[in-house]
Amino acid sequence: MEENGLTETGSRLWAVSVSPHVKSGESVEKIMWTVVGCLVPPLILSIFLFGFQTLLITLISVGSCVATEAISQRLLHQPVTIKDGSAVITGMLLAYIIPPGVPYWMPILGAVMSIYVAKHLLGGIGFNIFNPALIGRAFLVATFPVAMTSAWLAPIRHGSIFKYMGSGVDAVSTATPLFVLKHYGISGVIEKFGSLSSIYGSFFVGWRPGCIGETSTLLLLLGGLYLIYKGYITWHIPVSMIVSVAFLTWVFGGDKLFTGQPLLAILSGGIVLGAFFMATDYVTSPTQKTAKLLFGACIGALTVLIRLKGGYPEGVCYAILLMNPLAPAFEQWFRPKRFAPQKGGIK
Amino acid sequence: MNSLSLTFPKGGVHPKEFKSLTAHLGTEIMPLPGEVDILLNQHFGAPCTPLVKKKAEVREGELIGEVTQGLGANIHASVTGTVKNVGTAPHPISVRAPSVTIQTDPDAEPASYKPTDWTGLSREKILERIRNAGIVGIGGAGFPTHVKLAPPPEAKVDTLILNGAECEPYLTTDHRVMLEHPEEIIEGSKIILSILGITECHIGIENNKSDAIEVLKKSIEKTGSNGFQIQVDPLKVKYPQGSEKQLIQSITGRKVPGFGLPFDVGVIVQNVGTTRAIYEAVALNKPLYEKVVTISGKGIQRPANIMVKIGTRLRDIVSYLGGTRPDLAKVVMGGPMMGFAISDLDMPITKTTSGVLFLTGDEIDTNPHGHCIRCGWCLDACPMGLSPNEMGIYVEAGRPEETAQFGVFECFECGCCAFVCPAKRPLVQFIRLAKRKAKK
Repeated sequence: MEENGLTETGSRLWAVSVSPHVKSGESVEKIMWTVVGCLVPPLILSIFLFGFQTLLITLISVGSCVATEAISQRLLHQPVTIKDGSAVITGMLLAYIIPPGVPYWMPILGAVMSIYVAKHLLGGIGFNIFNPALIGRAFLVATFPVAMTSAWLAPIRHGSIFKYMGSGVDAVSTATPLFVLKHYGISGVIEKFGSLSSIYGSFFVGWRPGCIGETSTLLLLLGGLYLIYKGYITWHIPVSMIVSVAFLTWVFGGDKLFTGQPLLAILSGGIVLGAFFMATDYVTSPTQKTAKLLFGACIGALTVLIRLKGGYPEGVCYAILLMNPLAPAFEQWFRPKRFAPQKGGIK
Repeated sequence: MNSLSLTFPKGGVHPKEFKSLTAHLGTEIMPLPGEVDILLNQHFGAPCTPLVKKKAEVREGELIGEVTQGLGANIHASVTGTVKNVGTAPHPISVRAPSVTIQTDPDAEPASYKPTDWTGLSREKILERIRNAGIVGIGGAGFPTHVKLAPPPEAKVDTLILNGAECEPYLTTDHRVMLEHPEEIIEGSKIILSILGITECHIGIENNKSDAIEVLKKSIEKTGSNGFQIQVDPLKVKYPQGSEKQLIQSITGRKVPGFGLPFDVGVIVQNVGTTRAIYEAVALNKPLYEKVVTISGKGIQRPANIMVKIGTRLRDIVSYLGGTRPDLAKVVMGGPMMGFAISDLDMPITKTTSGVLFLTGDEIDTNPHGHCIRCGWCLDACPMGLSPNEMGIYVEAGRPEETAQFGVFECFECGCCAFVCPAKRPLVQFIRLAKRKAKK
């Protein structure tokens, strides 16, 4: 192959390669660093909500992911590609889906699991079957279940500005809304957080207990919409996933059919973070538009199933992980529509 | 006008145009070079057999190469002079190919041609003039025109489409020809319509050439219809709007099937430059031995649209235009999306050269490629609805012959996939490799 080959004529060297000779200017690096940029605002908010340890946990997670990537690639005799930003995203996402009160060594373990096992042992970027950050979280939940499901912090420190956002109660539970919902029902949520109509505003902005980066629907939505505007992700997976969660929660989430609280379901867990930043991961999701719609809807359905019938209050992580290995199958089921494959194709 | 402009529904990309480098520049006639290298295969088919020997005297327009087997088109001397050699010359695709080198006689009188009335000629006579003149599709593929204009009788052709889309960035050849010779194009279209025995002709032009659209519209009004229905169809600016299948779909809504030809859906497509060459062949009896080419890019001192003799070496064109710039990084024959990178300025201009681009480092992309990250952008960009990502992975995995199931032979290598690929994967190269290994 003569790609990027050079040829000498006189004293100059010209590139000769196969067409096209101009490119769009987009690159993997540009995509990855744009996603990183879109993930920064929720981190800044989390510092206000839960204190500076969220920044520290995120930095430890990102640092360990990048270091693990460099070491893994060295060990596996691959070119080191830490500058492409993909390990930084994994590090941020891993930090965003663990509780803010975990010990500082925990994200390091998660990072090794994410990057070394779930990414590089499976072939590196482009070949991983599962979303690496979610594998890191699943590993931590399985290994340290107590810390991973109870190290919540109440968003009160530096958080007083959010009282203006309309929450009716000052004393905020450290348990997550989904935990309260699972164990005490909707009346428990109202008792601990305030009436539904009064908490939606503050939940939307992010003033509630939860994982480091998942709480602010507003900021995640802004980041996600920017990625759609840039063409880096499409609307299909986020929309179908959120709609499916809302619809199924409304149908099955209440005491009787059609009495669930769809808005609460979307605002009170990791749905928005998962829908825009995890389920849309290129490598572990299908490429066809119709496949994406079904893929997102399946993730939403599994999320609701786990939330309502499973042992955990939140199901986004496992729902995405369960769907990830099916992406290649979706690819086979939904082929692109070819221009006119056979003779006699007058339309 | 935008709301009325036509286009194809699936895929396509919007590369930066860079047409403003040359679009406003009138065609200038390049002075005769000292020597020309006339390649004997400038067309789709086998090389011509040379009819001249070393030291022979030839006149401008004289037949020097003849088709002896299969498809092909005659080759004519582009200058008056002496045959210096019958050997080989660099070829943009075949590396080297048989050629006739002619030393120009600078004092020779230039050939002149006068318009004659062609309307009384029989269809066979017109086709014979086109064949004798060595006309091929000069927009790119080089398919012999006299073959294309004689479709099998079972094909029910009802529409002629003239391709003035010129969707490749940088190139302004067709644009200038449409602006400067609209009457000849309209007359050429009437010749083609007469051959085909039909009346309907659409001239498809991308919206970024609104001046050409106006000029051609006026020219149609001026020359009168003579019973023909010739109209200009503005097209949306989108690459590859000028691709035959996409152009036909944009204008008629018909889809040319895989492995099929335009006449399968009742359409014949001709490039506007070829149409003008047809006019010259039929009305002037002038063979195809000179053409307008765009010389552009930031790597040439003076970008221009120039009329050159076929066989003119790039080296002579470069020195006529003031030389190259020091940061020149790539030389491309043709457009930046589908052209061929060359390594040698001794390469001569052929009938199908629409432009030569001298590109600097900041105009091209030489980044190394990475693994496919499955973003799916190539699926959105592909106008044929193929999966370039999968075909690339199969080729990399050493299983190119299995790509036939994905329709690799429907790919016409427009390059949209590789243009958008953020991992810079050489998808067109993978697909070319696959086509060589896979069986139809």
